[in-house]
This record gives sequence, C-alpha cells and structure tokens, in this order.
Amino acid sequence: MAQIRKGGKKKVPAISTASLPDVVFMLLFFFMAATSMKEVTYMVTMRMPEATELQKLEKKSLVRYVYIGAPKPEFQKRFGTSTRIQLDDAFADVSQLEDYVVRERSAMKEEEQNLLTICIKADKDTKMGVITDVKQALRRAYALKINYAAMKRTNVYY
Amino acid sequence: MGKREVQEINASSMADIAFLLLIFFLVTTTMSVDSGLSRQLPPPLPPDMEKPNVEVKERNIFVVLINSQNQLLVQGELLDIKQLKTKAKEFIKNEANSVNLPEILPVEVTFEGGITETVMTTKNHIISLQNDVGTQYQKYIEVQNELVAAYNEIRNEYSTNRFGSTYAALSEENKKAVQDIYPQKISEAEPKKYGGNK
Repeated sequence: MAQIRKGGKKKVPAISTASLPDVVFMLLFFFMAATSMKEVTYMVTMRMPEATELQKLEKKSLVRYVYIGAPKPEFQKRFGTSTRIQLDDAFADVSQLEDYVVRERSAMKEEEQNLLTICIKADKDTKMGVITDVKQALRRAYALKINYAAMKRTNVYY
Repeated sequence: MGKREVQEINASSMADIAFLLLIFFLVTTTMSVDSGLSRQLPPPLPPDMEKPNVEVKERNIFVVLINSQNQLLVQGELLDIKQLKTKAKEFIKNEANSVNLPEILPVEVTFEGGITETVMTTKNHIISLQNDVGTQYQKYIEVQNELVAAYNEIRNEYSTNRFGSTYAALSEENKKAVQDIYPQKISEAEPKKYGGNK
C-alpha cells in the first residue's frame, strides 16, 4: 500500500478560539432581544386557562399584573392553600387592590395614565367569586382595561 | 531607541465573560410574550345611585348563564360549549329576520374615504353573561372566548364579503366601520349566588 503521508509526525494546529466570544455574544444579544425580564417571583401557582382569540399585550410599561392562585408549597404553612392574590412581590387582599391601582397609575406618565391595563393572571381552577371581587375592585379604581391572561389552545371547537 | 512592542491582550477569557452574561440573561428573563383576552369593564356606579333600569326588549338579549357545575344555560336551554359560537352568531346576525332574534335597525357608518352608508344591523343586541360564584375560571374564559370568536368570525365574514380581505387586513377606518356594524356587546351582570355547593 502506498503511504502518502511521509514520516515525521505533523502536529495538528490548535483550533483558534478567537471567534468564540463573537459567537457567544451573538447568542447573548439574541436572548436579550427575544426575552423580557421576569416581572416578579411567583408566590402562587398558576396554570393558565386556554383560549383561541388571544391578543398580545403590547406595551409592557402600561401593564400591571394581578396574580391569583393557590400559594406555592413553601408559603402554604403561613398562607394556607386557598386562593390568594399576589400584587408585585407580596400577597394582598382584595381591599388593597384599589390602592395599588391608584398608586401605580399615579406613578405613570400623565398622558399614559388612561392606557393602564391590568392583566389578570389567574389559575384556571380559580372560583369566579374571587375573580368577580377583583373585577369589582378594578371597576371602583377606574382601571377598566383588563386582560385575562391565557395560553393559546391549538384545537378549536367546531 | 528600541521600539517596545505592545503586547497583545489575551482574549481567551472574553468567551468566559460572554458566557457568564449569557447565562445570567437566560436565567433572569422569560421567553413568553403575555397574551390574553382583552376586555373592557363598565365604569362603576356612583354609590348613592340606584341601578339604572335600562329597558331592553327581550328579543334583543342573549342570556348565557354558567352555574357552579360549569354547565351552560343559553336562552333557557342547556347547551354544550361547542355550540355556543354558532348560536351566538345566529343571534348577532339574525339573517332570517326572525321575530325571536334581535331587531334589525339602520345604522349609519362611515367607510374609508368618508363614504357614509346606512347598513341594516342588529345594533341593539346585548349578550348578557352571568356566572356563579363557584364557576371555574377556565369555563368562564372558554365562554368569553367563544363569544369573542363569534364576533371575530362575523366581522371577518362581513369584511370578506364587502372588501375581499380579512378583518385584520382592513384599514383603520374600515375596521371602525365594521365595528360600528357589529359592536361587541357583552354585558356582565352583577354577581349573584344561585346556590349549589359553595
């Protein structure tokens, strides 16, 4: 057999890693652009209800969230297992919701105040009694634009 | 004088820094874009005022009740949620001009370019949605979803017939006009308790 390689060990040159930072930076920028910061740490468990006619929430700065669901296991000792409301980073009562909305609204720019949207993120097994209370509180606070957070359902009823 | 050569900075740790940043952003951010059903709540009633007694003709109301067992009562009969959309569409459109469905009245709308036209629609119809304290949220969202879907389909059908394109592709003025023809009127009653367990 003819050996093409002729004696003498040839060293494979080390692969240059100079472009590795570029690749990683590209990934970094992709993730920075495509994702958004987590708003809060959830203290309640939420499985979103499913729907088909969804609209995207566009301007994040105009949206405030109300989380509704059962407390996560680590909070159940103190707060029980019944449905609770979370505002920002703490559990809250329905009576605090009105104040919260008013406070959040006054912190916004004046020309944007009437665009405030409240996004209700509630667990799908929540009883409507709680949701109705929240809705009534929002009405009293004049936060009339609301959004029920939901996930996209793929199969459609016919 | 001998020129001192500037030593090249070792860039191999650049990758580490970039990885660190990358991992930081991966952990602190979320991918999902929030989406949901947008709705408008009615303004609150002044506390010292009694509920205004708005008279609505019976044929103009489409009553949807959801009980604590998540069952649907639509116009007095038990209905499966799969049929709700069809039923709602039938009600909103009233194509056959039936006496049991909402009355058809003329409404003036302005299309793109300032063309005003009188269109016959069921402008006074109202969909009344009532739920129980014990209704499951998922069911409520499903019902809302079906009602919104009914409106969306009707608007889409109208746009396709008239302009040959979907509702979403219309110009803002035409969208407004279609909205005037088929306004979304879902009214939610004050909460009531019908009994049942909790």
